[in-house]
Amino acid sequence: MTLTDDLARLEATATGRARPRATVRHRHLSERPLVFVPLTTAGEAGAPLGALIGTERTSPRLLVVPQPRDRDLRFAFLAQLADTVLPYVESYADDVEAAERTETDPETGKRVKVEVDLCADAPQLIVPSRAGIEFVRLLGRSTRFRRTAEQDPDTPHPAPPRVPLLGRWLTHFGERARVPGSALLLAMTDLLSRHWATGQSSLEEQHLGALLAWIEAPAGGSGAEAALRAELARDAAGQLLCPPAGPATDPAFDNDLLAPAVERYDRARTALAAAEDGLAADARLAELTAAEREIRALVESRTRPTWDAVWRGLDALCTLPAAERAEDRWRSDRWSFTAHRDRVAAGEPPQPRRDDAVTAAQKLATREREQARLDAQEALDDPLVMAGRRLRGEAFAGEVTQVVMAYGEGRSPRPRPLVTVRTADRPHLDEGVKVYRSLGGKPQAAQFVTYAADGGDGRDGGAALVLRILDKMGRGKEPEPGSVPEAGDRLCWTLFEHEQRGGPKLPDPEDTPWTHGGPPDATAESPDPVTAEDTL
Amino acid sequence: MPKAELARSLGAPAAFGQSQFAFMRGHAFEARVKADGGAELLRLTHAHLGGGPEPVPGEARVPDLSAAGPEGRSARTELALREATAAGAWTLLDHPMLVLDVAGTPAFLEPDAVVVAPDGTWTVVEIKSFPMVDGAADAAKVGAAARQSAVYALALQDAAARLDPAPEVRHRVLLVCPKDFSNLPAASAVDIRKQLSVTRRQLSRLTRVEEIAATLPPGTTFDVTRSPAELTAAVEAVPATYAPECLAACELAFHCRARARAADEVTALGRSLRAELGALTTVEAALAAARGEAGDPDDPAVAALRRAGELRAEALAGGAA
Repeated sequence: MTLTDDLARLEATATGRARPRATVRHRHLSERPLVFVPLTTAGEAGAPLGALIGTERTSPRLLVVPQPRDRDLRFAFLAQLADTVLPYVESYADDVEAAERTETDPETGKRVKVEVDLCADAPQLIVPSRAGIEFVRLLGRSTRFRRTAEQDPDTPHPAPPRVPLLGRWLTHFGERARVPGSALLLAMTDLLSRHWATGQSSLEEQHLGALLAWIEAPAGGSGAEAALRAELARDAAGQLLCPPAGPATDPAFDNDLLAPAVERYDRARTALAAAEDGLAADARLAELTAAEREIRALVESRTRPTWDAVWRGLDALCTLPAAERAEDRWRSDRWSFTAHRDRVAAGEPPQPRRDDAVTAAQKLATREREQARLDAQEALDDPLVMAGRRLRGEAFAGEVTQVVMAYGEGRSPRPRPLVTVRTADRPHLDEGVKVYRSLGGKPQAAQFVTYAADGGDGRDGGAALVLRILDKMGRGKEPEPGSVPEAGDRLCWTLFEHEQRGGPKLPDPEDTPWTHGGPPDATAESPDPVTAEDTL
Repeated sequence: MPKAELARSLGAPAAFGQSQFAFMRGHAFEARVKADGGAELLRLTHAHLGGGPEPVPGEARVPDLSAAGPEGRSARTELALREATAAGAWTLLDHPMLVLDVAGTPAFLEPDAVVVAPDGTWTVVEIKSFPMVDGAADAAKVGAAARQSAVYALALQDAAARLDPAPEVRHRVLLVCPKDFSNLPAASAVDIRKQLSVTRRQLSRLTRVEEIAATLPPGTTFDVTRSPAELTAAVEAVPATYAPECLAACELAFHCRARARAADEVTALGRSLRAELGALTTVEAALAAARGEAGDPDDPAVAALRRAGELRAEALAGGAA
C-alpha cells in the first residue's frame, strides 16, 4: 500500500464509490475459467458440505454432501468434483506449442537449449475469497495420499479412482497460488481489491459482497450503504441476505436451517435401513430423497449468490484492458502447468507432505524473484502504479531538455551521450546509481551523473538531472537511430531493474549436504491412516 | 457487562456466534482427549514436556473441582493445585477455575485443563478443534491460542506465588489439536514467553476500572433495556479507539465502526493508513490537504499527500510518460 493507494481509499470513503487502483488488468483472465464456490462444514477439517462449480455462468454444477460426517458421501462428492475438474484440466494438456528451454546436458555438464512442448493455454481456477484458496490446498492435501482399490486392494476405505489425481492437481494449484503474480488459481476478492480501492479496511475487503457493492455502485448511488447491507442485513428469519462467500457458512444458517435438515436426512436414512418390506422401503426412500433435495436446495441458496458475485466480479475486471506484461507471467503459469502435466504423466508420486531442503529453497527463491518481477512489471504497465513508485522516489518521469554527445574512454570509444532530464519527482539518486527506461520493451540503462543547475533551456521548474546512457545503442561509433532520447521526449526512468536475474544455483536434491538433512528419503509417502469410526 | 446484548440494544449486533457443528465437534474432541482419566492427555504432556516418570494409565489423579459459584470453584482449584504439588504424582485438573486481577477487578478464567507433573511443575493445556496438518496449524489460530493461554498462565503464576515454595509454572503450554484429518489428538508445546510479557505489560497499563467509572457522568448505566439513544450516550461517555482489528475481537465493534465512520476518522480504514497521515485524522482533512486546499505545506505528511494527489490525477488523466 503506497500513499497513492491510501489516497484512493480516502477518495472512495468520501464519494461512497470504489476508486481505481490500476488502469489496466494486471492478471491474465482465461476465456474459460473454472469457477469453484465451495462450502465447508464448520469445525471439521476439509469436510466439504457442497460446491457450485463450472465454466458456464448460467449452468453451474451443484455438488452436495447431505451428511458431511459420512465418509462414503464425502468420497462421492470428491468423485464428482474429480469428474468436473479433471476433464477441464486435461482439456488443456494436449494442445501444445514448441518452446525452448535451457537444460544441463547430463553428459557434458554444459547448458544446452532443448526443444520441449509448452501447453498453449492453461486451466484457471477462480474461487471467491482467499479462504477458498486455503480450502483448495486442504482438499488437495486430504486427497492426494488416498489409495484407490486398484492401487492397493487391501486398503480399508478405498477412494474412488480419480480422487488421488484430483488431490495432486488441487495441490499444484494451491502451491502455485503462493507465487506472486501467478494466475492458475485466483481469489476474486484479491483480484478486485488489487484493481479498486474502497472505503473499507483491507480486513473488511475480504467480504466479496461488500467489495462488489463498492465497485458496482451506480453513479450517484452509495456503495458504502450497499456494502453495509451486504455485510450485515438479515431477513426476518435472521438469515444473512448476502451469504458469506465461504467456504465457512454463517453460524445462524448452520444452526437454524442446516442442522435440522441434516437431522431429517439422518432420520430418513435410519428409517430406510430399518424398512422391512419393499412397500415401506419405497415410501421411506421417497422421504430420504426429499430430505436430500432439501439440503441441496439449502446449499444452492447459499452458494448461488456467491457464484453470481464471482461472475459479476469477472465482468468488472473485463472492463479494464489487459496489461501487456501479464501475458508474460501467464507464460510462466503455462510452464508450471506443463511441468506438472509431465510429472503426472511420468507416474511420479504425489507431492510430499514436506518439501526437501532443495525444493523448499527453490520455491522461496522463485517467490522472491516473482515478487520483484511483479512489482517491476506492474509499474511499467500502469502509470497509476508507477505514480506510487515515483512518490516513493523509486522512479521519476520528466522531459528531456538537452542531449550532449559524449564518448566513453577506452581503446575504441563507444557512444555515451549525456542526457539532461527535468523532473518534478524526487528520486533517491546518488552518483553512479543506475536507472532504466523501457526502449521498445527492453530496458535501457543509464547512470546518474550529477544535478544540473538548470534544464539547459533557460526555463525552470523541477530539478534537472544529468544521465549517461550506457547501452542499447548498437555496435557502431554512432548510436543507432532512435536509441538515444531527444530533447522534448517525455520519459519515465526507474531505479529498479525491469528484469529479474535468477538466483544462485542450488544442488540437485540427491546432493543435499548433511547440514540440510542430506538427500531426501526416496521412499514414497504412506497414505494417511484412517480411523475406524466414520467421523473425520 | 453483557457486551453482546448491549450491542444488540444499540442496533449494531455482533456477527459472532458458533455453529453447532463446530460446537459439537469441539466438545467431542475435548472429551476424547480427556477420556480414561486423561490418559492420552498426560501421555502427550509427558512426551512433549517431560516432568517426571511416564504416567501410568489409570493411576493419574483427577480431583473433583466442583463447588458453588466462581469464588468457591477457584478456592477449590487452589486447594487441588496445592495437594497435587505436594503429592508429586501426575494430576489432571479438568476445567479448573482461576482468578486474575484485571484493572482492579477479579476476572474468573476457565482453562481447558491444567496438568501438575510429579516434579511439581504446572502446565496450561489448551485443547482446540482446528487441525494440525503435517505438524503445522493455522498461524493466526495458534497465535490466538497462545495469547489465550498466556492469560491462564498469568493467573496460574499468581496462584503459584501464594504457595511456599512457589511451584514453577511452565512457560511452554501444551496445545492439543486434531491430527491431520482425523479425530486423533496431536500436541505441540508452544512457547508463550513473549505473549506472557506482552499480556503482563498490557494488564499493568490498563486504566483501573474505578478511574474510568469516576470520569463517567453520574447515573450512567448500561442497562440493556434502556432506549438506544440513552445507551448510545452512555457508551459514548467511555472513550474507545476503534481500529478494523476490533471487528474480530469485540462485540461492540460494529457500533464503534459506525461511530468512527460517522466521525470521518481515518483509523476506520486501517492503522497503517492512519500512521501515514500524521496529524490529519479525518478523511476530509486528508483529502483537502491532497487537493492543496488546506494544511501546512511544510508538514511532511501534507506535502506527501499533495504530491500523491498530483501524481494520481496525472496518471488517471493518462498524461504520464
